[in-house]
Amino acid sequence: MTLATVTTDNDQTSQPTSRFEDRYNKRLYHKRRLINRLGLGFAISAIAFGLFWLTWILLTLFVEGFQGLIEMPVFMADTPPPMGDGGLRNAIIGSLMIALLGLAIGTPVGMMAGIYLAEFSQGSLLGKVTRFLNDILLSAPSIVIGLFVYALMVKGQSFSGWAGAVALALIVIPIVVRTTENMLNLVPNTLREAAYALGTPKWKLISTVTLKAAKAGLTTGVLLAFARITGETAPLLFTALNNQYFSTDMSQPMANLPNTIYQFAMSPYDNWHALAWAAALLITMTVLIVNILARFIGGKDHTR
Amino acid sequence: MNDLRSQLAKQKRYDAIFVNATKAFAILVLLSLGGILLSLIVGAWPSITEFGLGFYTSNNWDTVNDQYGALAPIYGTIVTSLIAIAIAVPVSFGIAIFLTELCPNFLKKPLGIAIELLAGIPSIIYGMWGLFVFAPYFSEHIQPWLIENIGPLPIIGQVFTGAPMGLGMFTASLVLAIMIIPFIAATMRDVFSVVPDLLKESAYGMGATTWEVMFKIILPYTKAGVVGGVILGLGRALGETMAVTFLIGNAFNISPSLFTSGVTITSALANEFAEASSELHLASLLHLGLILFVITFIVLSISKLMLMRIDQKAGH
Repeated sequence: MTLATVTTDNDQTSQPTSRFEDRYNKRLYHKRRLINRLGLGFAISAIAFGLFWLTWILLTLFVEGFQGLIEMPVFMADTPPPMGDGGLRNAIIGSLMIALLGLAIGTPVGMMAGIYLAEFSQGSLLGKVTRFLNDILLSAPSIVIGLFVYALMVKGQSFSGWAGAVALALIVIPIVVRTTENMLNLVPNTLREAAYALGTPKWKLISTVTLKAAKAGLTTGVLLAFARITGETAPLLFTALNNQYFSTDMSQPMANLPNTIYQFAMSPYDNWHALAWAAALLITMTVLIVNILARFIGGKDHTR
Repeated sequence: MNDLRSQLAKQKRYDAIFVNATKAFAILVLLSLGGILLSLIVGAWPSITEFGLGFYTSNNWDTVNDQYGALAPIYGTIVTSLIAIAIAVPVSFGIAIFLTELCPNFLKKPLGIAIELLAGIPSIIYGMWGLFVFAPYFSEHIQPWLIENIGPLPIIGQVFTGAPMGLGMFTASLVLAIMIIPFIAATMRDVFSVVPDLLKESAYGMGATTWEVMFKIILPYTKAGVVGGVILGLGRALGETMAVTFLIGNAFNISPSLFTSGVTITSALANEFAEASSELHLASLLHLGLILFVITFIVLSISKLMLMRIDQKAGH
């Protein structure tokens, strides 16, 4: 029987009795194709949805922000009273001071903890628990961190720039720990073994070999942490509060951009609104530029 | 020889100091988390002893008479986060599908960066934009239509009644959704790219459509990671302060309508903390902070555990 079918195969091409178009279940195939098209259309509309909001927000920010920057002497003058012209000088300087101090406190702590996790923990329980809790701290609500620093440093004393810096440092630490650990894990073990073979003690190995090799990634981590804390409002709400005047006294409330935006935006005054938009533009530009810089320095995939 | 021995001993000492120093800093990170929990409990103690479990079931937040009940903030936090998740998860899923399966190669990087930009914009900017740009537009063009046409309907109408203010639970939830989309989409995309090509190609080889590969091969394989990503987004949405404070209207009431004002734990804290008058008021606010911290801690732990499972599957 089989032989007969084989020999008459060639005849079948001119008189096919089982063409694909006749064999398959048309309805099922079309239904599957329709579902596929709908699904992929949905995916395209999803990304269009995301990009739509991004462009709307960025456009408004640029338009209103530039208007505010042009109208008011943003960099020259301090924050004004409800009517009248003014700028954001004290808020900008205050924000820079608190953020840089927060970085200065948080980066060493984070790096040391990251070095421990990457080099010395070796799968121990302390390492695992620290890693787990660090990731939770990374995504914890920043207002809770503000409450903690309030209870620690402000209650019974006064709002101060120091408290604000500590609150921001608590936000910097998990970010730096995570990026330090990831970057140090990328350094190949052969480098470490070569140094050990030459008799290098551990502390010298870390400082002269491993950290140098991971330099780019570590800088990226610090830059990303900086970008994150420039926009943080909630931790500063209860710690550094805000200040209408120019002051570099860290033991008193300090002016900062995010809280200035909060105060000005919620008010009914037009000049304050214009300044709030200008401040928003400044913060967003800083965040975008630092992110691009970090990406440029870091090179490959460094964020998770 | 002695010189060498003493040098070696010295380096050993330095090493011991260094290793213990790094260990100390790691313990410091642990202690800070424990410290947060402890300070919140200590601060909230007067409120815990005064109201006990009634704090969670009473809707009476009365600063004048020093009576506090947390039902409205808890309700607001949970409802806004759930609606935000409901909007964000399908959209993030679509974005992740697009970025892994449909996107032409030259667009992958720019679009990925664009989505990360959404994540980088600080939340106060979302709040300001929502307050000044979106809410007025919503209240003039979209809300009246919804209230007129869907309001009168029997059951679902309850959700869309109210005055067209622009602010309220719905606006806050929508902006919250936009804020968490990048996080969920990035996690999903990372998780989808871990699926071995062999699995996908076998399915394509049998004639499956792209959507079928997505739904029947990739999604079941990455189940744990997807759920972990969604819960991570939920954790972020629960803790979001500034955007919600601007947009939720800050009224301590519970209502089925999404167009009314509400209050969340974070917005209550942001609004009332600086002017908290009495000790009990402050303690009640810290009590709210404690509830928020515990909820986010549990949610983030669950997310982390699920994401660790998908990491194991990928062989990390």
